[in-house]
Amino acid sequence: MAASETLLLLKDLDLTGPRNLEAYRRIGGYEGLSKCLRGLTPDHVIDEVKKSGVRGRGGAGFPAGVKWGFVPKTTPNPKYLVCNADEGEPGTCKDRVLMQYDPHSVIEGCLIAAYAIAAHHVFIYIRGEFWGIAEILEHAVQEACRANLAGKNILGTEYSCDVIVYRGAGAYVCGEESGLLTSLEGKRGNPRNKPPFPAVEGLYRAPTVVNNVETLACLPSIMRNGAAWYASLGTEKSRGTKLVAVSGHVQKPGVFEIELGKITLREIIDNLAGGVRQGHSIKAVIPGGSSMPVLLADQMDIPFDYESVAAAGSMLGSGAIVVLDDTVDMVDFALRLAKFYAHESCGQCTPCREGTKWLVEILKAIHEGRGHPDDLETIQELFETELTSICLLWSAVVMPVRALIEKFGEEFRAAIARGTPDLSRMGQPGHPVSVLAE
Amino acid sequence: MPTIADAAAEKARTILDRLPDRQSASIPLLYLAWKTYGWLSPEALEEVAALTGLSSATVEGIAGFYTMFPLRPRGKYHIEICDNISCYINGAPDLRDHLRKKLGVDFGQTTSDGRFTLDHVECLGNCCEAPCMQINGKEYGKLTVRKIDEILESLD
Repeated sequence: MAASETLLLLKDLDLTGPRNLEAYRRIGGYEGLSKCLRGLTPDHVIDEVKKSGVRGRGGAGFPAGVKWGFVPKTTPNPKYLVCNADEGEPGTCKDRVLMQYDPHSVIEGCLIAAYAIAAHHVFIYIRGEFWGIAEILEHAVQEACRANLAGKNILGTEYSCDVIVYRGAGAYVCGEESGLLTSLEGKRGNPRNKPPFPAVEGLYRAPTVVNNVETLACLPSIMRNGAAWYASLGTEKSRGTKLVAVSGHVQKPGVFEIELGKITLREIIDNLAGGVRQGHSIKAVIPGGSSMPVLLADQMDIPFDYESVAAAGSMLGSGAIVVLDDTVDMVDFALRLAKFYAHESCGQCTPCREGTKWLVEILKAIHEGRGHPDDLETIQELFETELTSICLLWSAVVMPVRALIEKFGEEFRAAIARGTPDLSRMGQPGHPVSVLAE
Repeated sequence: MPTIADAAAEKARTILDRLPDRQSASIPLLYLAWKTYGWLSPEALEEVAALTGLSSATVEGIAGFYTMFPLRPRGKYHIEICDNISCYINGAPDLRDHLRKKLGVDFGQTTSDGRFTLDHVECLGNCCEAPCMQINGKEYGKLTVRKIDEILESLD
């Protein structure tokens, strides 16, 4: 990887195996945590992270320090820090790189965040399919405990904190933070109504902060090098670096680290991911995971940061860039997306449970040449229920499918036309033919 | 009949002790029961119920919510082929067809010799290696028809 793409999180990372504790400490690992525990109050840490401007890297982009600030200072309840390692947004495969090759950066980040909100328990909720990665994390946690970097009286200070690696078992909706917490309580992973937000009432009804793996992995270097250093990277509103996972029709799919706003979407695709497949051109690009609206080929010259992607009509999301070339049938693609969300709907809210199912039925009919001229209108009516569910899963399919219909309407209308009876075949009146069986 | 408590008593105890709430142990205990028995039989679910203090219906409801938990026995090798977007546009539909034809079973079925259970799954989080699959949790990427054949032949 070129230097421009290995700024912080992927810096000097050896992609042949996990970096062990010794190697991690050689490059300054756990110095950030040590600085916090030995010299800073939790409020100081929160301030520092607020000043760094680091935003939630799971998809929402909410400032991490501000999120921590919502945890009530005085409460008899214990508090919890939960690391969202349920990386499941289709196209997204960046957190796995951090956990697999630099597990201690994630663990140190968890401990810094836990200290800042005065939590003594960290749960790392990792998706069940990441079998080997969960073991790497667990091994690293044990290493950290043996070295007195986690557990009781960390680094000889008063502060104690346990880290527990908890496996999910295959449910996309558990990547949504309240669904994740319900799952962590050992239940079906149904999301909960907000408010109350987890910071006030989360795991076991106690104040809980849920942060994404990548967000947490930024913290050690922020605490070691200072907020100003981190804030000097990126743009005024999109500070720091971001991992992007580029997949789909590119020559060199991969996970890269970019400085926010300092590289365009086209440069990421062309310079880092080797460009679109040979002999083909880009038809559309999903800039931030499957739930985000597609951008068109002529929208590739935008700087890759939260604001610019939003201004182009989509969202940076998890930074999962999926490139679709000119071979992709957009009706088929919309159907594929819809089937995923229908499969993953937890079923507790009617608009989502029924909406995803009916969206599949209608798109399937259009795709199979059984479409009806009113189908697109029916879909728009269905989409009016977008924000009537507890979580955003229904919205997560409405957004991309709406954009596909809006931007590739011709393809949908052509597919529908294939299924519409051809009245011209009736011919001119005057020559009636009997269609009765003899 | 052995129970989880016999086979992995210490582990079950650790799980229950380590978590602040007994119900939180349900998912780790389902994993333990799966590992102990090979699948989650009604008896296994009952054992998890007894350990967590939940009803067996509740435990079955939990197990049924998560797609990874096997509520029926699976073959020696569990093949999970991804066909979510990055895999889908990179040839996953052909690979799905190939696997069905080669093994002579549909998704969710097990070959008559008990060797293979075939499933198609949603995103495995390995999109930069698309098209990808897992066999018994081991990841395989950049698949082609030929590569799948070679992988299956390499299994004992």
